[in-house]
Amino acid sequence: MASSPTTVLARPVSAPLWKSARVAQPAVIIALLLLWQLAASIGGLGAVPTPIDVAGALITIVAEGTIWEPLTTTLSSWATSLMLAIVVGVVVGFPLGASRLAYRLTVFTLDFMRTIPALVLVPLVVLIYGSGVESTILLSFVAAVWAVIMQTIYGARDVDPVARDTFKSFQVGRGDTVKLLFLPTALPYIATGIRLSAAICLLVTISAQIVIPAGGLGEQILITQLGGAIAEMYAYIILCGILGVCVNASFGWLEAKALAWHPSHRKVAP
Amino acid sequence: MISRPTRFVVPALLPILLVAIWWFASTGSTSIFFPPLSEILERFSELWLFTLVPEHVVPSLQSIFLGLGISIVLGISLGVLLGLNGYVATALNPVLQFLRYLPAVALLPLAIQLIGIGQDMRVTIIVLGALWPILLNTIDGVRSIPPSLVDVARSNRVRTVDWVFRIVIPSASPQIFAGVRASLAVSVILMFASELLGASRGIGYFILEAQRQFSLPEMWSGMIVLGIIGYALNVALMVIEHYALAWHRKSRA
Repeated sequence: MASSPTTVLARPVSAPLWKSARVAQPAVIIALLLLWQLAASIGGLGAVPTPIDVAGALITIVAEGTIWEPLTTTLSSWATSLMLAIVVGVVVGFPLGASRLAYRLTVFTLDFMRTIPALVLVPLVVLIYGSGVESTILLSFVAAVWAVIMQTIYGARDVDPVARDTFKSFQVGRGDTVKLLFLPTALPYIATGIRLSAAICLLVTISAQIVIPAGGLGEQILITQLGGAIAEMYAYIILCGILGVCVNASFGWLEAKALAWHPSHRKVAP
Repeated sequence: MISRPTRFVVPALLPILLVAIWWFASTGSTSIFFPPLSEILERFSELWLFTLVPEHVVPSLQSIFLGLGISIVLGISLGVLLGLNGYVATALNPVLQFLRYLPAVALLPLAIQLIGIGQDMRVTIIVLGALWPILLNTIDGVRSIPPSLVDVARSNRVRTVDWVFRIVIPSASPQIFAGVRASLAVSVILMFASELLGASRGIGYFILEAQRQFSLPEMWSGMIVLGIIGYALNVALMVIEHYALAWHRKSRA
């Protein structure tokens, strides 16, 4: 329904609707599930199973325990690559942001490298590491490290020049300058980088597990599809989506929690 | 302040250095995985200037342009509708977030089963992945229109069409472009992934075939082509954004 300007203008554009959202959001989800159930049971969707079948399949794989092995594979590969991306990203990004010359030397190269899709390495990585966990870790590390590097660089460059000069004229030691000036300035940026790369890591991990295929939830989607267990396949797909939402929500929450002291978060913190 | 030549020379130093290191480290390399760069470049000029371009590059670019184009049109129009109906947008938000964080590659096996391995499957997959960043950014952009702008439009009794096309979409456009940039990256990834799993043409298919035949120099040359495609599309989008948002930078300056 297209809305006329009068209805739009009648209320503030960003009116707080949270009270009704509590009711409306679950209602929409339930309505969509009902619609899906109805369409699938009438048979209008072809081979698509009903949500009750999918939920049944999800309960079965949880109850039988078949879910845990792929889930742990995916999550451990995701966590390892994320850790690597954070450590390498901060260590590489920080000096590049702090020094103007280093920044100008590297910015073009970094911009070029991060536009190359990491999945392009799949054929090479498969030849070298096969379908082992090293492959997925390497691919998602390569995909996610740029987000941390770039955000760390932005953060280190954002340091207030007056504060920097003050630190210099008071001859504050290098360690203290990093700890008291650069780190607090850069932390919100780094946190954003970590949140972004957490999502990228999960996406690439699951994608790589499908295209290689290399174990985990990704390979399960492929296996169940080839085996004709369509309800299970939908269950795994939905699980991947839920995992993505959870990862993003929890990192957003952590970010707000860890940076509650920072001016950029103070007003949004509840 | 900084003289013009150094502005271009300094950023160029590192890439030149890296290519030089690659060149010298790989000359006489006997490792099958890392063939000499000279050999890769030889293959590159044989294959990609421009014998195989119509067969493998054009279909890939077509998928990206079609998929991204559909995503942009759908994303902006749905995003404006939802953004102007704040209540609907809030109510749909969990569903949209779920769709956004659902890896589109996870839908690939399903799409291949339902649609087959033609180009429409690849375009569908790209839309399923690239739509959400544009849609969600448009909603955000529309919902954060400055209240003063809303008031001015109201007191001038602006027509609906003008309101949407002259005020709402332009003022949301910085955020829409941010969404398009994210979607472009997603499109390139999905183009490649879908060609790895189901295609008989395209750059992803070429790279996979070269790998299966252990023709590593060919594979590397294909990877370089994909890298160039990714970078060139990004630069093109940045140029468009630069001109399209020139008014926005001026208004901020």
